Amino acid sequence: MSGAYVLQQLVNGLVLGSLYALVAVGFSMIYGIVRLINFAHGDVMMVGAFSAYAILTAFGLPLWSAVLAVLTLGAVLAMLIDAVAFRPQRGAPQVNGFITSLGVAILMQNLAILTLSGQPRPFNVPGWLKENIGFMGARMTVLDAAIVLVTLAVLGALVVFVKRSRAGLAMRATAENPLAASLMGIRINRAVATAFGLGGALAGLAGLLWGARAGQIDPLMGFLPGLKAFVAAVIGGVGSLPGAVLGGFVVGFAEVLFVGLLPPLYGAYRDAFVFGLLIVILLVLPNGLLGRSVEDRA
Amino acid sequence: MLWLDAIDVWRGPSQVLRQVSLRVEAGEIVTLLGANGAGKTSTLLTVSGHLRPRAGRARLAAAGREADLARLAPPQIVAAGVAHCPEGRQVFGGMTVLENLRLGAFLRRDGEERADIDRMMGLFPILRERSSGLAGQLSGGEQMMLAMARALMSRPRLLLLDEPSLGLAPQMVERIFDVITRIRDTGTTVLLVEQNAAMALEIADRAYVLESGEIQLSGPAATLVDDPRVQEAYLGVLPAPAEPGPADGRLS
Repeated sequence: MSGAYVLQQLVNGLVLGSLYALVAVGFSMIYGIVRLINFAHGDVMMVGAFSAYAILTAFGLPLWSAVLAVLTLGAVLAMLIDAVAFRPQRGAPQVNGFITSLGVAILMQNLAILTLSGQPRPFNVPGWLKENIGFMGARMTVLDAAIVLVTLAVLGALVVFVKRSRAGLAMRATAENPLAASLMGIRINRAVATAFGLGGALAGLAGLLWGARAGQIDPLMGFLPGLKAFVAAVIGGVGSLPGAVLGGFVVGFAEVLFVGLLPPLYGAYRDAFVFGLLIVILLVLPNGLLGRSVEDRA
Repeated sequence: MLWLDAIDVWRGPSQVLRQVSLRVEAGEIVTLLGANGAGKTSTLLTVSGHLRPRAGRARLAAAGREADLARLAPPQIVAAGVAHCPEGRQVFGGMTVLENLRLGAFLRRDGEERADIDRMMGLFPILRERSSGLAGQLSGGEQMMLAMARALMSRPRLLLLDEPSLGLAPQMVERIFDVITRIRDTGTTVLLVEQNAAMALEIADRAYVLESGEIQLSGPAATLVDDPRVQEAYLGVLPAPAEPGPADGRLS
């Protein structure tokens, strides 16, 4: 096994990890603020992919307009899901929201199949994105580099927003103690909507990038990435944003290295391996890599 | 400043306040006494808009006119000048002391927040020392001071204090009550919920006694201190000839 081969796997892991991180951060943020395990999060990504497809392929509009559109649509869709499905049952036991999110996910997937058909569609991107720019001898396309750089830039901006802005302060306070936050004059529903909106925007963006890299999209494409983002968020310590990013990269690297370093026969087990990894990490570190132990809130 | 007029409040299936009437005038310290579960916290949560009366009227003098509390959302009540320092302190433990203070001024945009943070650190010097430390790492008494400072950061005209003495060492309780008096002296009206009836009656102008969600007694604090019912139930004084307090006669 050559060094170049390993380097290639690391590049692949970095790209895949970036995509997981984008989805996992939103997942973790939503869990952090309303203690909701939102399985519909991956399907927001799917909607992002289809919107980008429509804009790029059907309307032939430029790439930047697709990026703007998926950020906006993802945010609006996620906030709509929150307002319609989750807000009415806030304060109910945690499992209710969890089951609702499964319902929303199944609804979205089937609506997409009904209206768009279940057939995968080719997702074409401008040719220059597919050009190989290389990275120390490993193959890396412009798109790969863009995925990594965009992810880092977006996550950096998110950290600044959450740490420095007034809305970010309100979000953090609400995540920590909703009653106390309300006593400060913070509008809880608005803070929660902010978290859904940010998470949705990132998921929408991830959908565009995922579709561009995979080269095809289908209505069920969000399910497995959503589940792996959940794994990433839990591995990192659910509720922790740096943890979700770290978890995303851990899952991405682990998956790629598993496939790349073992005989091809084992490639089919990549998903089983990722979920197995989750179990092992939780056995050793029940709160994840960067998670604080948090008592369950009613 | 605050008038509750025969309010009924329910929490889920159970009624927690029955026909509760009370008033708080500007410049007063009014204390609300009662055993656990009597409805003291529910009264405060109603005033800050987190519980809604099903019957009766709750009014607040805000910006020179009276507002119906039932029509105001919690943020509007904060903006109207009511700060609620909750039971169990509820500081944001994973955030710094400074961030907690900033959150107290969340609705303010008058540009004087920094100066007020400085003022709070003057009032509670320990907060200056720990300003960049996490609130969760403060001791119980320090957290109480932070919770009070955080509540004061909104520049309230009415401060709701829920059991500030709970779980604190006697010296700390003295300090907290000293601060409460100073807060009143600087022009903030205080509605104080306490189990430590002796201390509360000492600094309060008037008092109400709640039992099972109903007001049982009310009057000037100086009068209630001498009321035999208050002495027996809340001050641990035996009704019969003066005896040393019973072993379980803690002030409750």
